[in-house]
Amino acid sequence: MSSVLNKSITVKSLDPREYFYGHKACAGCGGSLAVRLALKVLGERTFTAVPAGCMAAVGFIYPQLAFASNAIISTFPGTASMMSGIAAGVRALGIPDCHVVGFAGDGGTADIGLQALSGAIDRHDRIIYICYDNEAYMNTGVQKSGLTPFGARTSTTPAGQRVRGSVTRKKNMFEVVAAHGIDYAATASVGYPQDFLNKVNKAKSVNGTSYIHVFAPCPTGWGAETDLSIELGKEVVDCGLWYLAEYEDEQFRLNRNPKEFTPIQSYLEKQTRFRHLLPEDVEHITRERDRRWARIRKSWL
Amino acid sequence: MKEFGEKAFVSGNEAVALGVRLAKPHVIAAYPITPQTTVVERLAEMVEDGSLAAEYMHVESEHSALSAVMGASAVGARTFTATSSQGLLYMAECLHYASGGRFPIVMMNANRSLALPWNIYGDQRDSLSLLDCGWIQFYVEDAQEALDMVLQAYAVAEHPEVLTPVMVNLDGFVLTHTYELVDLPPQAEVDEFLPPFQATNKMDLAKPVNMGFTATPADYMEFKYQQHQGILRAAQVLADTDRAFARRFGRSYNGMVDTYRCEDADTVLVTLGSVCGTVRVVVDQLRESGHRVGLLKLRCLRPFPAAELRTLLANAKAVGVLEKNISLGYEGTVFTNVASALARDAKAPLLLNFVAGLGGRDISKQDISQMFTQLFDARQNSPEQRTIFVNLQVETNEQRLEQVHHG
Repeated sequence: MSSVLNKSITVKSLDPREYFYGHKACAGCGGSLAVRLALKVLGERTFTAVPAGCMAAVGFIYPQLAFASNAIISTFPGTASMMSGIAAGVRALGIPDCHVVGFAGDGGTADIGLQALSGAIDRHDRIIYICYDNEAYMNTGVQKSGLTPFGARTSTTPAGQRVRGSVTRKKNMFEVVAAHGIDYAATASVGYPQDFLNKVNKAKSVNGTSYIHVFAPCPTGWGAETDLSIELGKEVVDCGLWYLAEYEDEQFRLNRNPKEFTPIQSYLEKQTRFRHLLPEDVEHITRERDRRWARIRKSWL
Repeated sequence: MKEFGEKAFVSGNEAVALGVRLAKPHVIAAYPITPQTTVVERLAEMVEDGSLAAEYMHVESEHSALSAVMGASAVGARTFTATSSQGLLYMAECLHYASGGRFPIVMMNANRSLALPWNIYGDQRDSLSLLDCGWIQFYVEDAQEALDMVLQAYAVAEHPEVLTPVMVNLDGFVLTHTYELVDLPPQAEVDEFLPPFQATNKMDLAKPVNMGFTATPADYMEFKYQQHQGILRAAQVLADTDRAFARRFGRSYNGMVDTYRCEDADTVLVTLGSVCGTVRVVVDQLRESGHRVGLLKLRCLRPFPAAELRTLLANAKAVGVLEKNISLGYEGTVFTNVASALARDAKAPLLLNFVAGLGGRDISKQDISQMFTQLFDARQNSPEQRTIFVNLQVETNEQRLEQVHHG
């Protein structure tokens, strides 16, 4: 709707108003930080959808409603489809200059919400879908999702003698949405807030579907100190287990290419969900990382 | 689809599409399923040829269809979607969500049987198994009523005292695919009957709201109570709407129930949907042979016309309930509802439940005549069984088994 390119955005120039406050997210919650920052970038003319999940549970209990702009809880599978409907309603009614944004977790995105997200991207609906990835179903008490990484202990992937946590690899959502030929996609992390702000800001002027996958530590679910969330969000990128990249005009672009990775062990040991891992597990995780980065560096630079 | 002037020769599905075009929804979400498909096909053509200015969404499932129209409704758009059978079941989560959110969505449902076994033909087990989802449920008899009730559905759903979604049910194939001549109300008249939707409950940039929230045990019941009151108020709103419709278009459907030769009837068949047409013929035949029989047509199952049933059946000695449905393990859901309404009366008539037409099995005039005979007999000797499967082939199988044993 707004055809003017958005000016660059910094923490200093950020909207001082709060659009998500008074909620009761856990201390150190990366997801609620992503919601807060993104809404500041998008401003007051925004319609937000959040599925039944952490953000709905911590910010949306009558009569304590924590969104200062328009917001609605969607069904768990229906974040993207409800966003699409809002966007269609906005178009049909001729409501100008507004944004439709959604914030769904990893389970709500990569598992139960994937069908609706796929349809929205296929239609190029003008929506900004933000997946805050805390790597498990946290609202229900830390069960494994399709984005839980290898080796992580969750309440449904216990760390025992026979199986040591999650045995699946994290679904590659960024490339799943890119394979749709999405208008704009990006990965981000709350540990690199300026990069995240830039990407939300870019999504504002995309005339189609945007998908931003933001890594969002969950101290409660990960068994990490609450003051380490930002550090973990930074370290996961620095050690190469997450990456900052974009996809637009059918091209991938790596935003940050660490010359040297920080030790994976240092990232893992800050979280009790990985405490049980054996050296061979860490070696496996390292091999997987290196394989991925070889591919990324070959084609995304 | 043949339209000529103020008439059209169309199928039930096409009549629905014409009704939707006249209602001018802002957003339509479409996902195909037999036998609903021609509704969304005709609407796509109308959007393509410019006769309908709506956002037409090709959604990825029925769950998304209803989720999307909820989103559109939440910003104040008039919306439409359509489904059937498995699709309606796939929507189940969103059905409760839409009524709880008080989104005045109108949806057409082509009544079709449910898997397993797979079967694409008509029965009413899809919508009746979801009778408790908080939607107003209309059942129509013919194409004209289908078109007219789409218009009335919007008027009722969007009424500020109601704000409840409406499901307009058409029997699969028997009605959805049967061609009839229908009157097309003039657009200008429809525009006056059904002015643009003015949402009282929406996300508004000038006045932001948080919708679709969570409520704790301290508040949840009050929301459900208000929802219950809203759907109950639909009864009066429907009656008023039907009167306004009759004044403008010259057709009246008498609100939640319609009757045929019931005034002095001692034996009445209560039913719903397209089979009413066949029952009328049988009622006429039996009247000719001196039987005082009648038809009571249920047009609306939620809200349920309990008071109307008690009044209209006050003098009936025997009442049969014919439905293309069975609540497995008990009896027909329509029968349960009718029996519950009449049980409040000390002089409740004798009641029989006829389960027929499952999976699209034909219900013939002879079958209906036989139902009336069973009702006459029942008045003499109270039957042991209240729920009767009509035209069941099991006996034949049993006889065959007997022959095998003795042969």
